[in-house]
Amino acid sequence: MLDFTPKEYVDRSALVINPAKTCQPVGAMYAALGIHKCLPHSHGSQGCCAYHRKFLTRNFRDPVMASTSSFTEGAAVFGGGTNLKTAIRNIFSIYDPDIVAVHTTCLSETIGDDIPTFVMEAKVPEGKVVIHANTPSYVGSHVTGFSNMVKGMVKYLAQNSKTPNGKVNIIPGFINPGDMREIKRILKAMGIEFIMFPDTSGVLDAPMTGKYDMYPSGGTKIQDLIDSGNSKETIAFGSFASADGAFELEKKCKVPAKVLKTPIGITATDEFLMAVSRLTGKEIPQELEEERGQVVDIMVDCHYHYHGKKVAIFGDPDVVAALTEFTLSMGMIPKYVLTGTPGEAFEREVRGMLSEAGVDGKVKSAGDLFTLHQWIKEEPVDLLLGTTYGKYISKAEDIPLVRIGFPVLDRSVHSYLPITGYKGAMRIIEMISNALLDRQDRDAADEDLELIL
Amino acid sequence: MKSNLPVDILDDRKDFVCCKSGKGDGKVKCDSDSVAGSVSQRACVYCGARVVLNPITDAVHIVHGPIGCASYTWDIRGSLSSGPETYRNSFSTDLREQDVIFGGEKKLAGAIDEIIVKYSPKVVFVYSTCIVGVIGDDIEAVCKSAEKKHSIRVIPIQSTGFAGNKSQGYKAACNALLRLMGESIQPKVTGINFLGDFNLAGEIWIVEEYLKKCGINIITKITGDSRVEEIMKAPSAELNVVQCAGSMTYLAKEMDKRFGIPFVKVSFYGLEDTKTSIMQIAKAVGDKQVLEKAVELIMDEEYKASLMLEQYRQRLKGKRAAIYVGGGFKAISLIKQFADLGMKTVMVGTQTGKAEEYEIIRSIADEGAVILDDSNPAELEGFIKQKGADILVGGVKERPLAYKLGIAFCDHNHERKHPLCGFEGAVNFAKEVDMSINSPIWKFVKDENKCL
Repeated sequence: MLDFTPKEYVDRSALVINPAKTCQPVGAMYAALGIHKCLPHSHGSQGCCAYHRKFLTRNFRDPVMASTSSFTEGAAVFGGGTNLKTAIRNIFSIYDPDIVAVHTTCLSETIGDDIPTFVMEAKVPEGKVVIHANTPSYVGSHVTGFSNMVKGMVKYLAQNSKTPNGKVNIIPGFINPGDMREIKRILKAMGIEFIMFPDTSGVLDAPMTGKYDMYPSGGTKIQDLIDSGNSKETIAFGSFASADGAFELEKKCKVPAKVLKTPIGITATDEFLMAVSRLTGKEIPQELEEERGQVVDIMVDCHYHYHGKKVAIFGDPDVVAALTEFTLSMGMIPKYVLTGTPGEAFEREVRGMLSEAGVDGKVKSAGDLFTLHQWIKEEPVDLLLGTTYGKYISKAEDIPLVRIGFPVLDRSVHSYLPITGYKGAMRIIEMISNALLDRQDRDAADEDLELIL
Repeated sequence: MKSNLPVDILDDRKDFVCCKSGKGDGKVKCDSDSVAGSVSQRACVYCGARVVLNPITDAVHIVHGPIGCASYTWDIRGSLSSGPETYRNSFSTDLREQDVIFGGEKKLAGAIDEIIVKYSPKVVFVYSTCIVGVIGDDIEAVCKSAEKKHSIRVIPIQSTGFAGNKSQGYKAACNALLRLMGESIQPKVTGINFLGDFNLAGEIWIVEEYLKKCGINIITKITGDSRVEEIMKAPSAELNVVQCAGSMTYLAKEMDKRFGIPFVKVSFYGLEDTKTSIMQIAKAVGDKQVLEKAVELIMDEEYKASLMLEQYRQRLKGKRAAIYVGGGFKAISLIKQFADLGMKTVMVGTQTGKAEEYEIIRSIADEGAVILDDSNPAELEGFIKQKGADILVGGVKERPLAYKLGIAFCDHNHERKHPLCGFEGAVNFAKEVDMSINSPIWKFVKDENKCL
């Protein structure tokens, strides 16, 4: 009964059905949570803030704190200046963060609220900081909002004080705290000094201590955000979530920017390690060499579990592009690749990968899951790789779904474990392989059930 | 008394919090907008409208605005259907910058056309969002012309997010339902309407079964597991039974005015309220036979439930509960339910409770209980610790807060996975409370950090 999608293609230009994206502010809120002792602030109706907190809470299963300007009709008519100034006063007096990161909403954008002026007029206590990002909900997607907030961090805080710190900046992109943790582990293993921002590890995957901390111990320190202007180079993972922040830093503080793919799979992880190695002159340590060797070993051991299987990949552009590359290298066929985020660059990049591999697949940005479902009805795939929202298609078409990306609302632990780096590659292989084999076992007639696969 | 609350509270918030004492004070200010800058747990007008109408299973709900408002409400309600699943899809006009500049009316008209031509749904609900209120799209006019063009009901919902709080959204939803019911007086049919159950985890089916056993027929369920045609028949009922008073009192009053249908307020949460409610409905519409059947049903079900509940009572006796839920009626039932389990309620709050509900809460709350309206995490944390609560009952945003504080949690909101209403619901509730409070996991949480 959940199968609402008709087989015959439906032409649509005005209606989105079952979106594969959400709006900018939630991405900005997520990015802001990656600053230590930061309270994200939503400048709009209280509903926006409630929705974003709920959405993030459901994905991370951790408390998500953010305040709101609580717009009323008066604010919508006369502007939200008074609300924001009152909010800033209240926030510092009761919640006592070190920094407040304001993001806008479609409402405050459309009425033209001038946030920098409001912030200037607000009473910000000595030693405390307020930054902002414009995040109109009707442009881009939640990934754009993340990118804009990262850019805001650079604009407000980064400074080149002519004292090089010898560090590498890492902008990890819209990925889980477990991935940020993994990227940091790799850098530490290489002995590289770095500044990662934002960094939600230790914030949204904070351990249980029995004591509630409104501001857990994780997150990039303000001091490090300022110091990011003195770094050697910035490595930005993902052209959608991270590139803008890196280029802003290049413009503002002359820190060269390098944009890489999100390090998912062997090739992308290799590129990441080679880039930092070249940059710092540090050798790739045995520990990481060994991990890489293990991944290759695993891929040799079980390539026949997934080789030649058709997969539909959907979610956020940076992660989806990287997953496309990885699944191709596994010998799979990414038949359909779709993101809800608008961006022709995504289509170009993915089409390039597919044509190089000789795969005839469909690629779409600014798409929705109704379209994906229609494609699948035309020609089915063996596996879905994407967010929880794929579960309707999975159920209707009886195709296994491996949950990767944002959001995952119906499974747990995903935010703690990486999909990036060599360890992440192993985990993805395990998830894909198991999903396909579980399916094979489920469908096997008694006489065909094999003990060893 | 207010000044004696040791928890940090914003000055502007002080009127919204009180502590019950024997001296008869303890009035709580409520039903007003959240304070700017507070980490409010509350939502907007659109949210209120959406949660009320969403469970209508064969309706298409088009959200006219940027994508977020549709994304965040896509199939999150947990309302079950016994038939159509149309409502579980997400439809949006996904307004972009160009639409904001030049207006979104054309896109909305196009979206309605696209959906109607392909699916011919029974009704299309069109929700306005914040931005529609600002750019001034005339959704009334668009819907009207679409209705004419397609000969199908297309109903606009004035749910511009900033134009009030969730309660105004409830009202906007009720107005949409009234439009669907139409103006004409229908001939009376024997039976009732059940207002304000949304069939979370199949709860309306339990209530329906009880009433059926008593010989009482439900004509229209509003809105859990309902169909468009069913809602259109609502004016023919003899009586409106209102459970979620926060969202449905307005509709009941209007239906009384327009169709002469009287209403009673009920609650099917907890043994006591379930019993009272069944008898109340039976008395209002039933004859002697119905009353006899009702008494019989109650005796049967209560006996079965009590047997099951006894083991939980022993395991839960003396534990302390904190309540933070959406509506006032639920808070009232929960206080009684905890009392029935031998537990003490030490904190109780709601997002949208009304003054008269707070009056009842105050009268039945345990001595010393903190009562609060539209709270925030800092206050919740403070009072949970101060009062030494063992469990918090709340919704999605409160769950991780409770866990981080090292106390148990029960979801009494959209994410409940078991029915919590009626006699079996009371048992499920006790089971969930017990499972969380007496979980072995708390042994791993360091004792010195426990907030007891």
